[in-house]
Amino acid sequence: MPEITYREAIKQALSEELERDEQVVVMGEEVAQYNGAYKVTEGLFDKFGGKRIIDTPISEAGFIGMGIGASMLGMRPVMELMFWSFSYVAFDQIVNNAAMVRYMSGGLINVPIVIRGPANGGTNVGATHSHTPENFIAYTPGLKVVCPSNAYDAKGLLKSAIRDNDPVYVMENTLLYGQKWEVPEEEYLIPLGKADVKREGSDLTIVSHGRSVITSLEAAENLAKDGIDVEVVDLRSIRPLDIDTVLESVRKTNRVLLVDENKPFCATSSQISHMIQLEAFDYLDAPIQRVTSIDAPAIYSDPLEKEQLPNVARVEKAVRSILDQVSA
Amino acid sequence: MATKKTTRSSSGLVEKAAKAKINSSLSNEEKIKLLEDMIRVRRFEERSLRSYQQGKIGGFLHLYIGQESVATGSLSVLGENDHFITAYRDHAHALLCGMGMNECMAEMYGKATGCSRGKGGSMHFFAPDKNYWGGHGIVAGQTPLGLGLAYALKYQEIDGCAICYLGDGAVNQGVFHESLNIAALWDIPVIFIIENNGYSMGTSEARSSKFEDSLAKRAEGYDMKWESVEAHHVYVVREVTDRWVRYAKENSKPVLLEMKTYRYRGHSVADANSEKYRTKEEIQRYQETMDPINVFRKTLTDEGIIDDEKVKEIEKNAKEEANAAAKFADESDFPTVESITEDVYWEADNPDERKSEGRLFFHS
Ligand SMILES: Cc1ncc(C[n+]2csc(CCOP(=O)(O)OP(=O)(O)O)c2C)c(N)n1
Ligand SMILES: [Mg+2]
Repeated sequence: MPEITYREAIKQALSEELERDEQVVVMGEEVAQYNGAYKVTEGLFDKFGGKRIIDTPISEAGFIGMGIGASMLGMRPVMELMFWSFSYVAFDQIVNNAAMVRYMSGGLINVPIVIRGPANGGTNVGATHSHTPENFIAYTPGLKVVCPSNAYDAKGLLKSAIRDNDPVYVMENTLLYGQKWEVPEEEYLIPLGKADVKREGSDLTIVSHGRSVITSLEAAENLAKDGIDVEVVDLRSIRPLDIDTVLESVRKTNRVLLVDENKPFCATSSQISHMIQLEAFDYLDAPIQRVTSIDAPAIYSDPLEKEQLPNVARVEKAVRSILDQVSA
Repeated sequence: MATKKTTRSSSGLVEKAAKAKINSSLSNEEKIKLLEDMIRVRRFEERSLRSYQQGKIGGFLHLYIGQESVATGSLSVLGENDHFITAYRDHAHALLCGMGMNECMAEMYGKATGCSRGKGGSMHFFAPDKNYWGGHGIVAGQTPLGLGLAYALKYQEIDGCAICYLGDGAVNQGVFHESLNIAALWDIPVIFIIENNGYSMGTSEARSSKFEDSLAKRAEGYDMKWESVEAHHVYVVREVTDRWVRYAKENSKPVLLEMKTYRYRGHSVADANSEKYRTKEEIQRYQETMDPINVFRKTLTDEGIIDDEKVKEIEKNAKEEANAAAKFADESDFPTVESITEDVYWEADNPDERKSEGRLFFHS
């Protein structure tokens, strides 16, 4: 199987869907002639032209709202946010319009829009550019949100997102764009709402999503050297949520660590924790613990930002503390 | 160079509009229908006000009373490929595009028989099958959606345009300006109609907007055509809208129109201060000289097309229809608790075609 970057995988998904369905257009700041702020859309403008690949002014509320209006009339716009952090200026469109129109019309109108872009910290750019709003989005009934942790998932999930009849928001990661994974050449889709066990283990379950999965896998490899056998469940999709795969793992390992780049209060992991205690209470041998971002705006200073985010050392430490608790 | 045009109210304006082909070609029946449309809208809203006062309708109730010529005139010139969208003052647009009084009244009563199955309320009426895309509660939130409708028509190479209505208060929202810029930049056939009733809640136009001559003149900053008119005569609204709809479609260009109008009632029925921020005389003056129904009734009487008898009949029918709608709404059932989680996700409502897995809904 060829290895391609996360960036290339997303581009392939866009290109394939643009070819498959002429109602698909790609829009955003710098996506066309400049080839994308992160080069995700590189070459698409040359291939598909200016009618399909469209540079927008810096007007997130305006152009995302426009995409929502166009999707009501049957188009399938894929909107790029240069950073999900910039979604905050378009929040009314992203939440009130995209998510509420179907409901308030009693089911008469669909909004098959995709909004995608990077949502991550760890790039030394300060608090305004480091937001991870998957928890905000998952909070809103009517919206779907996925956070692919690798190239294979990114491609399969984005293709499903574009074909979905509900609004789907895809949160990518700039730190993953340049990394490579095996991706088959033949076409495939990954359904939304299907978690993936990225590493099997018997001692403890880590539940994670996005780049935190990569961090967790690295920690798991280190722990394996000490004979600690960690299972890593990648949620992939936050809403819809495959809680069954999580519960199945918990019932096997009886110990849980949630690793989540969100800040702790009302994080994605808060919901997961609640559901695990509600549905698998009798299987737990220790309290559920979490590793999240440290609860402050994203710090600029590079070494400290690495400390603020979930990292391998913090994950390892948390796993050991849970296991110590159980054996004590 | 954008057109600069501010037309002032005068009988000359109405006479000119009456002579325009869009109006002179109207049959007597069609003219009577325009009057009937306005009367139906007003009687419906008056009936809904009574239901609100009786406690049958909750929430906000924003009445269009006094402004009927704007929606009636502008919607009456649209073709089958033209779409439209508005804010929360949306009842007139609904009835005028062919939604029934029953479904609209029942929606306000929060009943399952309502146009949105009781999920939208007064501010959120929709009829996509009639090219009506709502009904939006956030001031100016609908403006990029209207732009998007017109963009989709252009992309799909459909010979149509979109009209996006907004209030005079909405012109100060950032997203509206973003929409104007994009519309002009990309030559999108969208017509923004400012329904300028002089007030945004209790704030007069003069206390909320800085502008020269007309709010619509702001279009010049975007190299966009604009026009501002006194809009209480339905002929004038038809003439102006028709001319700019044709312009927008033929040239694939956006337009910003200001229609000067007036609302008699409070901002919403909950606005107890509606006579505090303006004088009684101001309301009276408009009612006596510019009421859209009276003005057009006089025109049709002068043209010898209707008499008092005919108007009485129209009034009677409209009242009866509105009363019947209130009865229908009253007798309808409330939605079921199960229906709360319907119409949230397309996939959840179409389980046979669902492709995703996992939980879409969460319980506490
Ligand atoms: C974003 C937002 N801010 C405030 C409100 C509350 N609000 C509802 S209507 C309104 C006044 C709007 O006036 P205008 O645009 O002139 O429309 P009109 O009510 O006169 O038709 C306000 C402040 C709102 N719905 N949305
Ligand atoms: Mg107003």
